Amino acid sequence: MSSFPDNLKYAATHEWVRVEADGSVTVGITDHAQELLGDIVFIDLPTDGASVSAKQEISVVESVKAASDIYAPVSGRIIAINKALIDSPEIVNTSPYGDGWFCRIQPADAAELNALMDADAYAKICE
Amino acid sequence: MGFQTPLYQKHLDAGARIVDFGGWDMPIQYQSLIEEHHAVRQHAGVFDVSHMTIVDVDGPDARRWLQYLLANDVDKLDVTGRALYSAMLNEQGGVVDDLIVYRREVGYRLVVNCGTREKDLRWMNQHASGWQVQIQERPELAILAVHGPESIDKVCALLAPALAERVRALGNFRSLEDGSWFIARTGYTGERGLELMLPGNEAPALWDALLQAGVRPIGLGARDTLRLEAGMNLYGHDMDESVLPLAANMEQTIAWEPATRDFIGRAAVEQQRAAQREGHLPILTGLVLEERGVLREGLRVVCKVNGQPAEGIITSGTFSPTLKHSIALARIPALATDCQVDLRGKLTPVRVVKPNFVRFGKKVFE
Repeated sequence: MSSFPDNLKYAATHEWVRVEADGSVTVGITDHAQELLGDIVFIDLPTDGASVSAKQEISVVESVKAASDIYAPVSGRIIAINKALIDSPEIVNTSPYGDGWFCRIQPADAAELNALMDADAYAKICE
Repeated sequence: MGFQTPLYQKHLDAGARIVDFGGWDMPIQYQSLIEEHHAVRQHAGVFDVSHMTIVDVDGPDARRWLQYLLANDVDKLDVTGRALYSAMLNEQGGVVDDLIVYRREVGYRLVVNCGTREKDLRWMNQHASGWQVQIQERPELAILAVHGPESIDKVCALLAPALAERVRALGNFRSLEDGSWFIARTGYTGERGLELMLPGNEAPALWDALLQAGVRPIGLGARDTLRLEAGMNLYGHDMDESVLPLAANMEQTIAWEPATRDFIGRAAVEQQRAAQREGHLPILTGLVLEERGVLREGLRVVCKVNGQPAEGIITSGTFSPTLKHSIALARIPALATDCQVDLRGKLTPVRVVKPNFVRFGKKVFE
């Protein structure tokens, strides 16, 4: 069964967001998303320092089976990317909410976070 | 809910994700496709391929009828147990299906694809009128494929000593029978291994014994990456009724001699041979992408023929777990040069190689 941690917020396009103490957000893809994709073999990471708008395509994940776009859950600036995923994309399969994070975004408008789902609402759309 | 093999519950017990495959509920993967793939290349894995269709052909005309039905010649099966890969063609030379035919003590056994079952049976029966043949499907049999460098040892350890000895002595593309069990050195992975056809009610016990012996269950996902690394065609993707075997890397499977043997599709295929020699027929070949990205079925191949722009298409593509980069089968003009694939809008150069990437765990192309 997929896991849906309560401390995260979720986008319908299967990204998760964790709000950090400094107001930035960490972004990754959900356990459900990695399960659907299967073994991940390449990740094109977001561009460090780029300004992005919510729902803009920021990354591409290729698994053995399929390619999938990853979207920015909120608008803002990308302030960190997880370079470990370049050589070890399979980390996303084993630790989607931990070491498999994609990037951190400094949100332009924290109110945009309210548009995201909580764990229960997201779990429902994954049924 | 689709058809289920006698091993359906075993797949659930092993944690399989089940998908629909040609009307059957089949395991696509258990835990990790890539780990399953490596298990077959390095150790041993077992596939449930009971969804495939077994057809026994018998009767006084069986040999002559198969010589008419198939593009390859069952006369090559000089001894009992020997196996042959063949296309079954229509009158236009298109591929109705690809199959393996085994010579038995009496008659022949054919194994055809599951997705083409009804069409194939209809085709065979339609072309059997006037011949003294019996065509009998064997749905009560399960098929387990056990492949990998350790596979034959693992299977033989479970068999009675006398039978194990016979199995160890089997050459490639040979089979034997022991009561209701049929054991063949054939497969779809590019590794050593066996295909075991046995009564469905005996399959779960064999499955359990194999798993207990350390053989890993392998889903259809890894079956596809393994066969693609081995450069083996998949019906409905790399060829179908609209494709001549000459354009599907299957020329070697057509028995042209004796010239007097009349098989369905012969005239059409012969007519195209001249065009092929002049380079006018497309070819099915291998593509290699050594940089990041994955070649996928349906992607366009942009190339040149004598300096003029031309096109082809990827018929099967994947990430190769053994080679750690992407490989594909593609149908492109015979004289194509400067091949590039349109990867998400970016034209990316690819290398054209012989369509055989990995055998016995090792890279085989230059």
